[in-house]
Amino acid sequence: MTRATLRNLVLPLLGLLGVLALWTMLSQTIARDLPSPWRTWQESSRYILDPFFKDGEMNQGILRLAFYSLLRVGKGYLLAIAIGTPVGFLLGLSRSFHQAFDPIVQFLRPISPLAWLPLGLVVFQKSEPAAIFTIALCAMWPTVINTAVGVRSINQDYLNVGRVLKLSRLKMLTRIVVPATLPYVFTGYRLSLGLAWLVIVAAEMLTGTPGVGGFLWQEYNSLVYSHIILSVVTIGAVGLALDRLMGLVEARVKTG
Amino acid sequence: MAFLEVRGLRKSYVTPRGTTDVLGGVDLSLEEGEFVAIVGYSGSGKTTLVSLVAGLLAPDAGTIVLDGQAVRDPGPERGVVFQQYSLLPWMTVYENVALAVDAVNPDLDSVARRKLTEEFVALVNLTPAMRKRPRQLSGGMRQRVAVARGLAMRPKVLLMDEPFSALDALTRATLQEELLRIWNERRTTVILITNDVDEAILLADRIYPMTAGPAAVLGPAIEVGLPRPRVRRHLSLSPAYQKARQAIVQFLRAVRPRGAA
Repeated sequence: MTRATLRNLVLPLLGLLGVLALWTMLSQTIARDLPSPWRTWQESSRYILDPFFKDGEMNQGILRLAFYSLLRVGKGYLLAIAIGTPVGFLLGLSRSFHQAFDPIVQFLRPISPLAWLPLGLVVFQKSEPAAIFTIALCAMWPTVINTAVGVRSINQDYLNVGRVLKLSRLKMLTRIVVPATLPYVFTGYRLSLGLAWLVIVAAEMLTGTPGVGGFLWQEYNSLVYSHIILSVVTIGAVGLALDRLMGLVEARVKTG
Repeated sequence: MAFLEVRGLRKSYVTPRGTTDVLGGVDLSLEEGEFVAIVGYSGSGKTTLVSLVAGLLAPDAGTIVLDGQAVRDPGPERGVVFQQYSLLPWMTVYENVALAVDAVNPDLDSVARRKLTEEFVALVNLTPAMRKRPRQLSGGMRQRVAVARGLAMRPKVLLMDEPFSALDALTRATLQEELLRIWNERRTTVILITNDVDEAILLADRIYPMTAGPAAVLGPAIEVGLPRPRVRRHLSLSPAYQKARQAIVQFLRAVRPRGAA
């Protein structure tokens, strides 16, 4: 093994051990209600080792719960990019559209999912569509903004080629504007997916739907704190995996 | 009236620091099938002139008439080979050329367009690289694609904006000779913008020197009395070559920008 791979392996491991040590120390001293790493493992091992079991609505293996959450996130995310991409292109392409709607985009962007969800419940009367609505609304903005920026930063030379060739508006869009913007669009998609996953926990907590977030909130109410930690770790792991996956897709688009 | 007639062309840009006059009344005329070069210092407004003739920019004053029609907007009859190649990086060599072929030959069927595209790729000796993307090509190969795309527009006049300035000296020499060969075959009307006096003499029938900006104008045209087909290694010793070179260099020295050596 070379020095570099040794460093790449040993140092992250040391970091992890350090965090576990700190956690143990905290659970023994100032935060006595916090389960130690070992106790967390003991109480959670069934959820991890048998990740797809189902005892009841809210008592299921962690991957089964994660799957429910992913399904919900998937729906909201697809809605977000299905709306966000054309809106982004319109913002980038049309001056009037930009002037009309950019202030609204800037205004809506910083609103927290916690604020949208009750409104979604009022509108849809059911928790599932309300959750999807919230995810879509919160996850949309990076796609909208990146796409708009991408359109506006297209190399003028590319557009001039299209102008000299007198391409039709449709051809200009499909042959030049869209391919030139694609790398920006996919950066937006990656950021949007991260946000969608971030929102899921809040959405499930408030609606009490089965999923990692719903499970987390239920276990908090049942005082099983180790399962909160299990949920938190799962949320982190899935989020990381999603980001890496989209990173690969993005890299393909950029070099393509 | 000449085939391409440019009269009193003026253009200025408004910047935060005030108005910059780039072109101060440019006159230029070309006959059909003529190869004309415009030589001048960097930053003197040569690219602005190309953009105006291409119709990509609107002049503040003056007229451009090509083949009896006033120029108002861009169009393939004034094909452009841009300075930075501006190939579309998501398209292959073939697709970049096909974009132009398809745009100017909407009445041809797909087989004929395909054949035409392959012909233009072959004209610049890039058939083996036809399926490659621009970033897999050297600078010289990229500029060949740009030349093929420019010719594929079937332009009445081909505008070349310092096409070889980004290339190393050896590649530049090769491409100049290729352009000479292609031009001998096709006799397209060309305006070549360059800052290389020798390149201008090698390629052009007539050369307009450009004064350094601001408010650049073109000096009187200098005829290059060299017979065609031209071969580089025979040229530099000939009296006609020396005469043309001296005339241009003298003009450019007299109008050099402030601070230039």
